Amino acid sequence: MITQTHYLVLSTVLFFIGVVGVMTRRNIIIILLSIELMLNAVNINLIAFSYHLKSEIGQVFALFVICVAAAEAAVGLGIILAFYRNKETVNIDEMNLMRW
Amino acid sequence: MGEQLAFYALSALILGCAVIVITAPSAVYAILFLVLDFLFVAGLYVVLHAQFVAVIQVLVYAGGIVILYLFVVMLVNLKRPPEAQRDRRRRSRLGVALSAVVLVEFAAIALYGYVAPEAGPAGGGLSFSNVERVGWLLYTDYLVPFELASMLLLVAMIGAIVLARREL
Repeated sequence: MITQTHYLVLSTVLFFIGVVGVMTRRNIIIILLSIELMLNAVNINLIAFSYHLKSEIGQVFALFVICVAAAEAAVGLGIILAFYRNKETVNIDEMNLMRW
Repeated sequence: MGEQLAFYALSALILGCAVIVITAPSAVYAILFLVLDFLFVAGLYVVLHAQFVAVIQVLVYAGGIVILYLFVVMLVNLKRPPEAQRDRRRRSRLGVALSAVVLVEFAAIALYGYVAPEAGPAGGGLSFSNVERVGWLLYTDYLVPFELASMLLLVAMIGAIVLARREL
C-alpha cells in the first residue's frame, strides 16, 4: 500500500539531491538544473496532496509552479548568456562583478 | 499491487536520473538525463491521476525548458569547464558541509514533526480524467492568479529578449 508518506519521502529526497547540486557544483548551468529538480520535488508534493485530499486545487498550484519555473529558466539563461559574453566563463567562482 | 510496482520503479528511476544530473561531468549529459527525469516525473503524475499536469510537464519541461538549456549549452563554448580547474577559491567542502546541515534539518523535521497521515476525505477520489475540473478551477476561483501568471510570463519573455541582446 502506497501512502502519502511514501510520496513525501520521495519528494524530500529529490529536493535534497537538488540542494546538494546547488551547493557543490561550480557550473552555473548545472546549478539551474538542480533548481529545476527542486521545483519538481515541490510539484510531486502538491500533486500527492491533491490525490490524498481528493481535490484538484493542488494540480492548479502545480501548474503555477511550472509557469514560474519557465519564467525562471528564460531569465536565468538570459543572464548566463549576457555574463558569458562579458567574461567568457560559466564558473560561479568567477562571478564576482558586483562583490564589494 | 500495480500502483506499488509503478511507484517504486518510477521513484528509483527519478532518483537515479537526478543523481546523474548533479554528478555528470558534462552539462550536455546532465541536461539529457534531466529530460528523462522529467518524463518519469510525468509518469508519476499519471499514477496520481493528474493527467493534465503530466501532459503540461512533458510539453513545457521536457519540450520547452530543456531545449532552452540545450541551446544555451551549445552557445556557451566551454573550452575550460568550471569543474576542470582546481583553484584555491573552490569551496566545495563548505558546500558539502552546508548540504549535510540541510540533511540534518530534514531528518529533524521527519523525526519530530511526523504525524500519522489522516485518511483523506471520504468519497470516490479524483476522477481519472479531471481536466475539465482543473479548467473550471483555473477560470473561476483562480482567475486572478492565472492572469498574473500570464503577466509574469510576458515580463520574463521581454526580460529574456532584452538580456540576450548583443549590445547589453
